[in-house]
Amino acid sequence: MPIMTVIYALLLYGAAAVFVLGVSYRVITYARTPAPLKIPTMPAPVTRTGVAFRVAREVALFESLFKSSKWTWIFAVMFHLGLLLEVVRHLRYFIQPIWFWVVLVQPFGVYGGMVMVVGLLGLLGRRLLIARVRYISQPSDYLMLLLLLGIGLSGLAIKFLDHTDIVSLKAFVLGLLYFDWQPLPDSPLLLAHLSMVAALLIVFPFSKLLHAPGVFFSPTRNQVDDARERRHLAPWAAQLEGAGDEV
Amino acid sequence: MAKVDFKVPAVGEYLEIPDLQPGVMAKSAPFKAAPRHQQALGFPGELVENWEERAVAKLAELLSKYRSLRVHLDACVKCGSCADKCQYFLGTGDPKNMPVARQDLLRSIYRRHFTLAGKLFPRLVGARDLDASVLEEWYSYFHQCSQCRRCSVFCPYGIDTAEISMAAREILDEIGVGQKYCNEILGKVHTIGNNLGLPAPALANTLEGLEEDVKEDTGVDVRFPLDVQGAEVLLIPPSADFFAEPHIDGLIGYAKVFHQAGISWTLSSYASEAANFALFIGNYEQMRKVALRIRKAAIDLKVKRIVVGECGHAWRVAYSFWNTLAGPFDFLDPRYPVPQHIIEFTHELIERGAIKLDKEANDHMRVTFHDSCNVARATRMGARPGGQFVLPREVIKASCNHFFDMAPETIGEKTFCCGGGGGLLTDELLELRVKGALPRMQALREVQKEHGVTHMAAICAICKSQFSMVLPYYEFPMETIVSVHQLVSNAIQLGTNS
Ligand code: HEM
Ligand code: SF4
Ligand code: SF4
Ligand code: SF4
Repeated sequence: MPIMTVIYALLLYGAAAVFVLGVSYRVITYARTPAPLKIPTMPAPVTRTGVAFRVAREVALFESLFKSSKWTWIFAVMFHLGLLLEVVRHLRYFIQPIWFWVVLVQPFGVYGGMVMVVGLLGLLGRRLLIARVRYISQPSDYLMLLLLLGIGLSGLAIKFLDHTDIVSLKAFVLGLLYFDWQPLPDSPLLLAHLSMVAALLIVFPFSKLLHAPGVFFSPTRNQVDDARERRHLAPWAAQLEGAGDEV
Repeated sequence: MAKVDFKVPAVGEYLEIPDLQPGVMAKSAPFKAAPRHQQALGFPGELVENWEERAVAKLAELLSKYRSLRVHLDACVKCGSCADKCQYFLGTGDPKNMPVARQDLLRSIYRRHFTLAGKLFPRLVGARDLDASVLEEWYSYFHQCSQCRRCSVFCPYGIDTAEISMAAREILDEIGVGQKYCNEILGKVHTIGNNLGLPAPALANTLEGLEEDVKEDTGVDVRFPLDVQGAEVLLIPPSADFFAEPHIDGLIGYAKVFHQAGISWTLSSYASEAANFALFIGNYEQMRKVALRIRKAAIDLKVKRIVVGECGHAWRVAYSFWNTLAGPFDFLDPRYPVPQHIIEFTHELIERGAIKLDKEANDHMRVTFHDSCNVARATRMGARPGGQFVLPREVIKASCNHFFDMAPETIGEKTFCCGGGGGLLTDELLELRVKGALPRMQALREVQKEHGVTHMAAICAICKSQFSMVLPYYEFPMETIVSVHQLVSNAIQLGTNS
């Protein structure tokens, strides 16, 4: 087995493990931390179904962002939608036979990559050019955009310049999944692409990428407006009851 | 109007996003609480010795108790959508008044102590150590936030800077650096029952005086009952309604509505305050203690309903938190929501024709309405979402002929704070309050030009006091600000259906 294959196999296993364990740990912490008070940003839905739609609109349409800044919204949608298309397109490496709807998406997938890169450039430009956004940006905010740009650009380069042997790449990926390692095609662009993806997976649970799980747990968006009808009491708050109360 | 040593912002054609002026508001800070104010609430009297450790420990505790804090500190992507949404940034240009930058004052410490990235690579992710300069920044800039939640409307994850500034203030109290205005007032509520420190006999006196005034004005015996057992309704107004202008005209309005509807009511000398400043300092236990006074008053007076007067943050605490803090209210009449807002109460009477209003009585006014942000973004009125925008307008329109809304991006859920909420309504913060009022003043100027608007109605005691103070700085008469129930009071036809 070529040494590169071993290194990358271990790197990708490690990155996947960090990602899954790290994000699970965060999500469990969010889920376990109580929200003692009713704080939905009003007007808020008065039913659970309504709230599910509200969160779905935030996730699928970036509703609040749309209210706020049309340019950011456009770039954000380009980037995220492009990313989503690309992720779906990449599923073909992981499954055999390829699901019908993944095949359907394939032709759009490439455009996804391009749209994603344009969106990222827009977001980067905004961060550099608008003084307010520059002021709140830390080095990590730029690095995150550069990392994603790196992933996008190296991916597009593989597609258009390099023409890596897709069949043996797929064999490598399936080999990882079934613990039956196959050699990794030997292409510097591919190695760069995979390294950056591994880096993204590793930083995910420790960075602002936690906004992805976070959006589902934000009490201002996921609470029902029913404070008068239903008594809402956190366990730690319940313990205060009775102790020394005059009533 | 006092002489000032700062420049009142110019009201232009439209609201401009200011250039960044780092540090211009760094000196703004409210007076610190004296040891006795602190100790009365169970906080250390002055800065404790190991304050860095205590602060971090308190942050850890809050992180385990409040999901909002944890998620909101983690989730921010620094997209900047909230950056130009805060009236204090728009009015001052100080970048630390951008909501995300305000959050970062705390987030930087959170990252340093509670995240791997901040422990390993502090500079990369903007993490920093807690030191005296951070403490000073916290005290200054977390008291430049009125906890109005405007930023949270625009944030893709609903990140609520109010939650962050409440947590920060709670940490500050915990290490002995409290704010005088809020903490002194809370002490008064716990001992006397209202923010003013108005004892029962003085309150009774005031109410008697009001009965005489209304009698003189209208010839009708409108009562202002105090501590009447067995009344149908317990009214909890903000105590400013007892003495300040234009608040008191609102109180007179409530009394006339009760009188005309023939519904018995009472005030309580034990719980004569709707305001709950514990919200501003983010302290659950204090907030609960204040709320429990009202529960006790309702039980002792054997009332069937509780109605809350015109006060923004008070309605937030009442609507969203009372059931949690002091519920269940199963001893009250289950046919009515607990609590009800006086606007809901009056609105319902108007709808079923139980009170009659003569709109012409307000024909000398051309009225607009300031959505108080706590009502707008933290509560509801009526059965449908958004009722908090509809009901007050319907009450106003039923009371006067000339109503005009301000620009849509300045009302409803997008309303701007008056500039004085969240425990900032204190004289030493005048500069901040005047500058923070800029977006509202801008919108008011526009409807004044376009529709000849002469008056702005509000349903919040703090808004009313704040506007009375800042309107003159923008060359509006102080009397521009009116209570909604003042309009009702002018228009109501007493004795027509009794
Ligand atoms: C539930 C799924 C997700 C939702 C609802 C979501 C939503 C958003 C929104 C509304 C923004 C703010 C606008 C912007 O700056 O682009 C944002 C920013 C960002 N998102 Fe996501 N996102 C999701 C998943 C992801 C994933 C999986 C990644 C990367 C692997 C990602 C990477 C980013 C980055 C890097 C930014 C910051 C862009 C900048 O620096 O301006 N997001 N996201
Ligand atoms: S809560 Fe209001 S005052 Fe505070 S940062 Fe947000 S917009 Fe500004
Ligand atoms: S809008 Fe939300 S995510 Fe964007 S910078 Fe402000 S707080 Fe952060
Ligand atoms: S004073 Fe009025 S406008 Fe300001 S925060 Fe309170 S309710 Fe909102």
